[in-house]
Amino acid sequence: MNDPQLETTPSETEELTLSQTKSGRLEPAPEPNELVTAMKVRDLSFYYGTFKAIEGINIDIYEGQVTAMIGPSGCGKSTFIKVLNRISELEGQVKVEGTVEFFGQNIYDPKVNLNRLRRQIGMVFQKPNPFPISIYDNVAYGIRLFGRKPKVEMDEIVETALKSAALWGEVKDKLNKSALGLSGGQQQRLCIARALAVKPKVLLMDEPCSALDPIATMKVEELIESLRHEFTIAIVTHNMQQASRVSSYTAFFSTDESRVGHLVEFGPTSQIFLQAKHPRTREYIEGRFG
Amino acid sequence: MTNHHATAEILSEPLSLQRRALSALMMGLTYLLFLVAIIPLGSLLYTIVSQGLPRFSWNVFFHIPAPIGEAGLIDGFGNAIQGSLMVLAVACIISIPVGLLAAIYMAEFGRNSKTAHVIRFVTQVLSAVPSVVVGVFAYGVIVFTPAIEIGGVLLKPKGFSAVAAGVALAVLMVPIIALTAEESLKLVANAQRLGSMALGGSRFQTTFKVVIPQSMAGITTGVLLALSRAAGETAPLLFTAFFTQNWPTGFDHPTPTLPVLIYNFSQSAYTSQNEMAWTAAMVLVALVLLASLVSRLAVRKSFR
Repeated sequence: MNDPQLETTPSETEELTLSQTKSGRLEPAPEPNELVTAMKVRDLSFYYGTFKAIEGINIDIYEGQVTAMIGPSGCGKSTFIKVLNRISELEGQVKVEGTVEFFGQNIYDPKVNLNRLRRQIGMVFQKPNPFPISIYDNVAYGIRLFGRKPKVEMDEIVETALKSAALWGEVKDKLNKSALGLSGGQQQRLCIARALAVKPKVLLMDEPCSALDPIATMKVEELIESLRHEFTIAIVTHNMQQASRVSSYTAFFSTDESRVGHLVEFGPTSQIFLQAKHPRTREYIEGRFG
Repeated sequence: MTNHHATAEILSEPLSLQRRALSALMMGLTYLLFLVAIIPLGSLLYTIVSQGLPRFSWNVFFHIPAPIGEAGLIDGFGNAIQGSLMVLAVACIISIPVGLLAAIYMAEFGRNSKTAHVIRFVTQVLSAVPSVVVGVFAYGVIVFTPAIEIGGVLLKPKGFSAVAAGVALAVLMVPIIALTAEESLKLVANAQRLGSMALGGSRFQTTFKVVIPQSMAGITTGVLLALSRAAGETAPLLFTAFFTQNWPTGFDHPTPTLPVLIYNFSQSAYTSQNEMAWTAAMVLVALVLLASLVSRLAVRKSFR
């Protein structure tokens, strides 16, 4: 852990108690050196064509933790998360500098099979995007991409995925109905179930609640809470309360004068929210800009 | 109290006379122009049916044109219907794969690439080529050149044939299919593609499992549009299929078709043939409408 942004002195974390928290249940995060790094990002810069969107990002996404990316609009947090499963390449001419390692393997290595990579690093998008087919087929889609499975086995995978997405009870009697008949919140949980069905190691969520009402948002947050031990989750959100509720680590992104996104500060969520080192982070957390 | 009253009054106060008059005028104009727009279609259908129906009987599907002057023979143009179906089948076999693959390339695999731009431009140019020119082209390339035979299989006959006509019609159909299919593929939301690829789907899987099923209705419309255009083409068939009074004898021989029959019979000196041309026109229109109706229903059923 040579990265200065990751250094947390023991005394700082010990000082944190729940009585200090103002915005929800901030738990002290585990020490970084006790954790396995799922994704290690070093000196990452990303360009859309010739426009530099983010620059010099260094961050560790720890296994089994929820990491939140917060920051003002246009700070590059969504761009950053789309670099992690190389989905940004589908949106036109892009250029990447630096390294992104997934359990030690550089995902920008030319030898990397993108289909396998994206199977390991799932993604949930801002707007629910279920396929216009049945609920069952939506969940089975990812599995079927990589070969046929006997029906009994498939039924089980679909049921497990829907249960882990807390949707099973609501849809178990209409699995063969179109997914488009579900409400927005249900559609988003279906998309989460679809991503979980292929058993990814990391789940990326790009503002998964921004198109949902408060109750649907709460359900998705509860879901993230229940998934945090099984999966590694990286979530982009513009809602700071959400970040404080669901994450154990938080990365604060912001832009500089030239409109390039930077990672300003990264650390345990409690530290970012209560004792941010960087003045810009404090200003943003306190609602003074952004 | 007074305030509430005033608000209620505003709600029930009628619009000014000027605005209502303008609205009525515009509505009237819209209806009028709508009527003007459908007059040609209505009049066309009315003429075809009223002229064609008197000579229509189910026999026309099963008999060949009766020679002039021979009484007692049942008149019909089943040979031309069969020939038209043969020519269109050849045209579809060639144009649907070529057109769809071009569309898939332009919309999915080569989206925004230079090659795709070139293909789109060339396709647009091709769609503007007059059909008679396409007929001459097929005459020069297929009819006029020696037959090609590989391993005993006749790939290309020499002389007038259903194959030559099919090639000519395919050249007319490809741009229509490619351009409409491309448009309908592009209408599929990009979020759907990203959703599939985020699950590890390849571009191929995404295209064939997610994008094409969702644009099936548009693709079918494009194919039907091309088919209906091709079904009525006459000029290219004159150079390629030619015509016979008898049943078609194979894909490598001159083949009677409905449009050429209508063309020949409408110019004939005999009233009976003139009347038969009207009936053939009616049958042609009915067949095209039927084909489009059936395939639309089929698409609607399988993708809802």
